[in-house]
Amino acid sequence: MIISVASGKGGTGKTLVTTNLAASIGDVELVDCDVEEPNSYLFFPDREEEVSFDCTVKIPVIDEDKCTRCGRCSEFCAYNALAVFPQNVLLFKELCHGCGGCALVCPEGAISEGARPIGKIFRARSGDVRLLWGELNVGEPMATPLIRSVKAEAKGNLILIDSPPGTACPVIEAVRGSDFCLLVTEPTPFGLYDLSIAVQVVREMEIPCGVVVNRSGIGDRGVYDYCEKENIPILLEIPMTRKIAELYSRGILFSREMTEWQERFAGLLGEVEEAIR
Amino acid sequence: MKQLVVISGKGGTGKTTMTASLASLAEGVAVVADCDVDAPDLHLILKPEIRETFDFLGLQTARIDPEKCTECGECEKACRFDAIHDFRVDPRSCEGCKVCTLVCPSEAITMVDSVSGHAYVSETRFGTMVHADLFPGEEASGKLVTMVRDLSFKVAEREKKDLILIDGSPGIGCPVIASITGTDIALVMTEPSISGAHDLERILGVAEHFGVEALVCVNKFDLNPEMTDRIETLCRKLGVGLAGNLPFDPGVVEAMISGKTLVEVEGPVGDAIRSVWDQIKKKL
Repeated sequence: MIISVASGKGGTGKTLVTTNLAASIGDVELVDCDVEEPNSYLFFPDREEEVSFDCTVKIPVIDEDKCTRCGRCSEFCAYNALAVFPQNVLLFKELCHGCGGCALVCPEGAISEGARPIGKIFRARSGDVRLLWGELNVGEPMATPLIRSVKAEAKGNLILIDSPPGTACPVIEAVRGSDFCLLVTEPTPFGLYDLSIAVQVVREMEIPCGVVVNRSGIGDRGVYDYCEKENIPILLEIPMTRKIAELYSRGILFSREMTEWQERFAGLLGEVEEAIR
Repeated sequence: MKQLVVISGKGGTGKTTMTASLASLAEGVAVVADCDVDAPDLHLILKPEIRETFDFLGLQTARIDPEKCTECGECEKACRFDAIHDFRVDPRSCEGCKVCTLVCPSEAITMVDSVSGHAYVSETRFGTMVHADLFPGEEASGKLVTMVRDLSFKVAEREKKDLILIDGSPGIGCPVIASITGTDIALVMTEPSISGAHDLERILGVAEHFGVEALVCVNKFDLNPEMTDRIETLCRKLGVGLAGNLPFDPGVVEAMISGKTLVEVEGPVGDAIRSVWDQIKKKL
């Protein structure tokens, strides 16, 4: 079973929910797909057996001796990643999506493909929580290929995916294939607006969803009214308390200090299982 | 003309709340651009009245004509984006590379343009605002950010404004890079937590990579003064300027609910933002 945790708005508590849920239920693989800013592993300082390897994307390698500067590759490239000059061919590697089209269209067979690292994939273990995360290199624009590679490494029976914020392509890549999506929001106008966009995304992808309201007690009733109108279950509420905020800020899982929450997170898993059935 | 971008690395650290307040302080001199195109919230505070609407054409997507398709499966094999299954294209995965049109032996695949969102030029109580919405789940948010920035540049020239004030998106990837390239100052919002500190270091790396001067502001600094100290020490070590910090104040959410900026209501955060604005003005 794959459960993804997404939000629309950033900073609503995706990582808070994913990490505490993982620690509470155990025997789970926590996959952090927020590769631009992965944080979930920070909450497991006792992690061991950490290993990492490069994630690469394909890029064209041009054999200048065979190349006749005919320009077909640059004409074909949908991303303007190749510029052909009388003396040479320039590759703007950050623009390349690695589709392989240039190698296919080259009439001289002058283009082969090489690998370019865009980030790293990490694995570690904390007790019976297996951690997997990706970290995009600074200055690298494309998160999606790294998210795809991180997900391909996930092999557990129960997988929790911490998604990036927003509602664009990195989020789609992260939640694709999930059996259920937990949408974390806060009861404010910003939280509501971004939740409503996130709901459209998961509905279009035909993934069942439920809401976790974080920092409940602040704000207004907008999120609750919306969920009722749209018939979206609110599966858990985490109140705004100074204690939870402080523990989070120090990188401590609040369910380990406030142990009654372990049962509540286990209950959340139960509700998700029920909803999928 | 100068360009100031508000970014953060970690989400939910107060970019939009800060941008809205700066828009109010820079009334009459700035054009505001909301570049957080896949979770735009600035309009909830600035309440723009739309004057002009533009279609945003994102990436093209492939379409398979079932009449011509012989179900040979070559396209599915060649697609690097896992976008073709059972002789159908998933437009959400298709990145518009056209490789499938190359390998199809029966010319059954064509590329089609799709409107992926809209960009708007609008009036607000603080002046002109350029903003956008990306249809949920669409790609190329970086391209839409560039469209918003191009439009705001034209508007600023037309209105003879000295400043473009940009609300960025969280993260360090394509929409963020599209938001900060070519700006003069990046105001980087963070919060005093392990996550906030970790993400700050990475976004400062991005600002440096693209040659943009960064100024850091710690939001809710008093929730963890020790972590705030660590963040400030890190900034000094990296030679990054401090713009001043904002205290935790439950009034922030109340202001959001009433659709007001923090300088339009009484409170400690509004005063802190005025002093941040003074720091920024010195740099500009």
